[in-house]
Amino acid sequence: MQNLTLQTLIAVFEEIFGRALFWAMVAGAAIVTIAYVYVLVRDRSVSMRKFLLAQISMPFGALAGVVFVQAMTSSHLRDIGGPVDVLVLLGVAFIGAIGVAILVYTAQSLFFRSQSSDDG
Amino acid sequence: MDFTDLATSRRGFLALGAAGAALASVGLPAVAARVATRAKIVIVGAGAAGTAMANRLVERLDGAQITVIDARAEHLYQPGLTLVAAGLKPASYTRSRTTDWLPQGVTLITQSATAIDPVAKTVDTSGGQTIAYDFLIVAPGLVLDHDAIEGFSLDMVGTNGIGALYAGPEYAARTWAAAQAFTENGGVGVFTRPATEMKCAGAPLKHAFLIDDIASRTVGAGKYKIEYAANNASLFGVPIVSEKVRMLFDERNIHANYSHVLKAVDAGRKVATFATPDGDTEMGYDYLHVIPPQRAPDVIRQSGLSWADRWTDQGWVEVDMKTLRHLRYPEVFALGDVAGVPKGKTAASVKWMVPVVEDHLVAALSDSEGTAEYDGYTSCPLITRVGRAMLIEFDYNNNLVPSFPGLIAPLEELWISWLMKEVALKATYNAMLRGKA
Ligand SMILES: Cc1cc2nc3c(=O)[nH]c(=O)nc-3n(C[C@H](O)[C@H](O)[C@H](O)COP(=O)(O)OP(=O)(O)OC[C@H]3O[C@@H](n4cnc5c(N)ncnc54)[C@H](O)[C@@H]3O)c2cc1C
Repeated sequence: MQNLTLQTLIAVFEEIFGRALFWAMVAGAAIVTIAYVYVLVRDRSVSMRKFLLAQISMPFGALAGVVFVQAMTSSHLRDIGGPVDVLVLLGVAFIGAIGVAILVYTAQSLFFRSQSSDDG
Repeated sequence: MDFTDLATSRRGFLALGAAGAALASVGLPAVAARVATRAKIVIVGAGAAGTAMANRLVERLDGAQITVIDARAEHLYQPGLTLVAAGLKPASYTRSRTTDWLPQGVTLITQSATAIDPVAKTVDTSGGQTIAYDFLIVAPGLVLDHDAIEGFSLDMVGTNGIGALYAGPEYAARTWAAAQAFTENGGVGVFTRPATEMKCAGAPLKHAFLIDDIASRTVGAGKYKIEYAANNASLFGVPIVSEKVRMLFDERNIHANYSHVLKAVDAGRKVATFATPDGDTEMGYDYLHVIPPQRAPDVIRQSGLSWADRWTDQGWVEVDMKTLRHLRYPEVFALGDVAGVPKGKTAASVKWMVPVVEDHLVAALSDSEGTAEYDGYTSCPLITRVGRAMLIEFDYNNNLVPSFPGLIAPLEELWISWLMKEVALKATYNAMLRGKA
């Protein structure tokens, strides 16, 4: 591997998603992260009820991540060929799970604040 | 190619972005100083190599006159042809416009180079122009010599069980039409490769593996047979890879015919004739995949740039295998498929060749000597079925040079290697065209 730098990685991601979509996604991810930090700071604690719902959503996020990657790449579970493939698959599932959990938690905190004022 | 990014999900890239940031903190590339020059640089060919080179030179040089000569309005992402010919992507997947990739600040002449005079340092074009150069980069790729196969013509592709995926996107799509009929009806599939040097030597194997895999799931085992005709006594130029492929062939009941070079096709009788060390032999087929002999474009040979004593039937440019500089005309470099080096007719090689030529050219413009060397790196995601591939990387010495040693084993059929071909290869290729990878 030659020159695997941040610059190369960004160039490749821009090609995968298109420059506009890529940076929109970076912005989107940044906004969700900021919103997440914001609700954490604002509420000063983690709401257990919201956290529970976020946790329940995680397996769906994991599954969605895996299904999405496989559909996008004409592949199938039967193609998992070695330990590194299992790790990649778990990685995709993990990222899907965490992403959805953060999204669900943040969305609840932002949009359903009153309902949950008594918990946590 | 040699890239490991797998992210197709929105969050995937974040994790990888973090990994990238970590990597970048280890070593951001030093931004090379720009060199002021009035040099006239001509690039013949705006394919993978010519385009990547043009983009990089524009970044490095101030005031150079860079002229790119190529008559083709369409840029072809050739590694995608394999996927088109297996019904996995549409023909449009491989197409874009040449002008979409060329940087501002270069002059594109949409004609062919018809003559090169390396003594007078000029290039003639099909439109009658004569262009003088101080430095010349020849990157016109190679030509597919379909006429060398008796009885074969490109209009046969797609009908009567004939495929030829190298011939371009439309032919790759038609190849799938013929191959698909085979995967549905069964019979004998015959897969060939030429005896000349060829681009992406793994491509004939990929097509055989893919069609076998698809047939195994459509018409089913027992209803079809795959015959692979190897041009010599091995299945791949790197012995260890050849052995691995032989084992996979055994596993999948693909029958190897060694030293069988396709010579003629009788489409009426559905019979292919092969030259072998024991004389000609015939093979009946229901599906025949033709990959023709490959040679340097005529203009190269006619201009006296080819090797005189090597590849005499093919005409590759006589260059130093480490610097890609012409051995007789130091202001001429060859890049990509046309270069007369023992390995390296892949886009992955182009990615490694371009910085070497850039280094020597820029050094020459600032009156110093370049130091970069090309070691013959080439790579091939050798697809072994839909969903799996082996990431084969090697150099001039047939050494395997894995980019991710210990992580991605080169001789293992892996999903991650398939993901690279499906997701990251085209993106990396495009980034390379822009001079960014
Ligand atoms: C089926 C297939 C599968 C492949 N798979 C892979 C893969 O998996 N990985 C990989 O790394 N590589 C792969 N490759 C190889 C890769 O595509 C080529 O090695 C690469 O494109 C070579 O770049 P090039 O610039 O030398 O030639 P090209 O990209 O072919 O470009 C040559 C250009 O020169 C122009 N030209 C020709 N003659 C003249 C002339 N007289 N004057 C001016 N211009 C001229 C042409 O119009 C063209 O635009 C594959 C190729 C094929 C066909």
